[in-house]
Amino acid sequence: MTGRLAPYLQAAPLALILGAFLLLPLAAIVAVSFWDYDSVQIYPDFITLNYAETLGSWVTWKTYLNTLKFVAIVWAITTVVGFLVAYFLAFHVRSTTMQMVLFLICTVPFLTSNIIRMISWVPFLGRNGLLNTTLIELGIVPAPLEFLLFSEFAVVLAMVHLYVLFMVTPIFNSLMRIDRALVEAARDAGANGWQTLTNVVIPLAKPGIAIGSIFVVTLVLGDFVTVRFMSGGQSASVGLMIANEISLLQYPAAAANAVALLVLVLLMVAAMLRIVNIRKEL
Amino acid sequence: MTDPKTIDPTTGLDRRAVLKGVAAAAGAAAGSGAVTGFPTIWAQNIKDVTLRQFGTGVSNLNAIADQVKKDLGFTLRMTALDSDSVTQRAVTQPDSYDIADIEYWIAKKVFPSGALQPMDVKKIKYYDQIVPIFTTGKLTPDSVVAQGTAPSTVGFVEGPGAKTFAKAPTEWMTLIPTIYNADTLGIRPDLVGRPIENWKDILDPKFKGKTSILNIPSIGIMDAAMICESAGIIKYGDKGNMTEAEIDTTIATLIEAKKAGQFRAFWKTFDESVNLMTSGEVIIQSMWSPAVTAVRSKGVPCVYQPLAEGYRAWGGGLGIGKNVKGLVLDAAYEYINWYLSGWCGAYLNRQGYYSACLSTAKQHMSPDEWGFWMEGKPAASDILSPDGKVLEKAGAVRDGGSFEERMGKVACWNAVMDKDRYMVRKWNEFIAA
Repeated sequence: MTGRLAPYLQAAPLALILGAFLLLPLAAIVAVSFWDYDSVQIYPDFITLNYAETLGSWVTWKTYLNTLKFVAIVWAITTVVGFLVAYFLAFHVRSTTMQMVLFLICTVPFLTSNIIRMISWVPFLGRNGLLNTTLIELGIVPAPLEFLLFSEFAVVLAMVHLYVLFMVTPIFNSLMRIDRALVEAARDAGANGWQTLTNVVIPLAKPGIAIGSIFVVTLVLGDFVTVRFMSGGQSASVGLMIANEISLLQYPAAAANAVALLVLVLLMVAAMLRIVNIRKEL
Repeated sequence: MTDPKTIDPTTGLDRRAVLKGVAAAAGAAAGSGAVTGFPTIWAQNIKDVTLRQFGTGVSNLNAIADQVKKDLGFTLRMTALDSDSVTQRAVTQPDSYDIADIEYWIAKKVFPSGALQPMDVKKIKYYDQIVPIFTTGKLTPDSVVAQGTAPSTVGFVEGPGAKTFAKAPTEWMTLIPTIYNADTLGIRPDLVGRPIENWKDILDPKFKGKTSILNIPSIGIMDAAMICESAGIIKYGDKGNMTEAEIDTTIATLIEAKKAGQFRAFWKTFDESVNLMTSGEVIIQSMWSPAVTAVRSKGVPCVYQPLAEGYRAWGGGLGIGKNVKGLVLDAAYEYINWYLSGWCGAYLNRQGYYSACLSTAKQHMSPDEWGFWMEGKPAASDILSPDGKVLEKAGAVRDGGSFEERMGKVACWNAVMDKDRYMVRKWNEFIAA
């Protein structure tokens, strides 16, 4: 009897926590997304108007496209940069101590808060900021570059800066597990550096890339603070749209939007997991 | 060794027991009605009361809480939030506060939800001295009530349980007015390079990429309305209660300006507006008066520019949560009466806002301060902020002149429209465009 009960008891604490703090709130959000509201109150009801308004408006589609654009750009850049950094750490740095030291240096920015790291770009990129002043004094540009701040460029720059480490860490982890004998075998079999990279290293790094991608994609999809501050409020993101609706007490509309975003996130994660079987690779 | 905290070394009595005895005696005295005609009989245990107040950073200042402790003896715990969070808290968590420090346009959303209780004006000592803008809506007997959600239109309800607003003053007030001001555009006089006289000047292509408006839809749409009307694009029936067609035209104008690259950024918080102006990213934008002061205190020239079409005004007040009763309710009334009794009014006036009870505030200000802030006279000596910093040198004159000149030129009040939901959706289109 105890033998059969034990695994359930072991799973119970996590199941309870997830049930109380994840499933219940999610169920509440889904329920509220079908409620009615006006500027004062929300009314328990079952209407699909919130979804109709959300999905039937070009603003929503434009915002989703805009958010997906940020996701694609940031994902592409962080993957390339993250892979290069991880590759350097894993294959070029010989001593394990040095690897660890360099890896820890990568995490130093995390000693300050996300917001501070993001906001510090503002005085750097501004019209009279450090970068523009330097460029003008060196005679490289005649007038301040306006696109540096409060632009999509600024949003992508800040997001890459904030999220690249989420890519470096899992890829580094994957690369460290590659049996060096495989690389040697590839070389012995006559493969050049590029062939080794594409046929041996990258396929074996896939789980790391997949995990990093899940981090980056979900973070960018939900990020509204970076979009708001770095675009000067001129660019929209799904998260920002939800935040705006909440601030105006339009909870049902926000809930409908949140459900739509959740579905999108789950679809993207599912797609990534189809490409790479993370469980098998770990 | 005995615990020094609980045992009195001289008598050996438990100190807490003694206190309990005193409190019980005081309670008995209060309950028996033995002492009458003494309004603060409950002052015996008033020190245990903590009033929980929340509101925006504008008026939720620690100096006020400190003074309350000094003058009234009880604790006032303040939480400063941003405007959006204030609305949310007021409506969704009515048990989490005793005093709601909210704006009148927010009251239009909050009050019908039943989160606040109307206040009995008979208990408001200085009710008769409240500036008439808040009771009749008229600054002087012959002035007209401005457009938008004028405080007088949401200032009263018919009875204690009523949720709809009364058309004329009654005995039941929704909020006790505390603070208000007339807003206009802020400019960088050193960078604009020409006189700024109208709201439409923000659309001047000369300032392309150097302007900003605020992204709080209910307020931003009013600034946008002032701009559109000034530019001759549209004439509104009521800027504070637009028709769908009027909203469409206004938003279309904004989108056109945005697409042409007119705006540099949109701001949502006080600090953002200050940073935009100080760094020179923006040279003309919607701004709040203390933000202009904040820019100036950094040594950067900034003017709170009076404009031909008049001001967009806002007003705030104190409301009492629906579940407040007994001793806490008494303390709340005591606090509100204290708020109107002068010290606080002078404190707010010295920051460039206006207090609801000017006559009492005057007694707490020097004639020179009163002349500068309220009468538009040049300062005879340096004007100091409440915390002692020099705000203006001697000889300076306040932007926009005297109280009557400024509040007499209010074109509209911050508002909640009947088409609120539609307006917000259109506003989001503007931000996404």
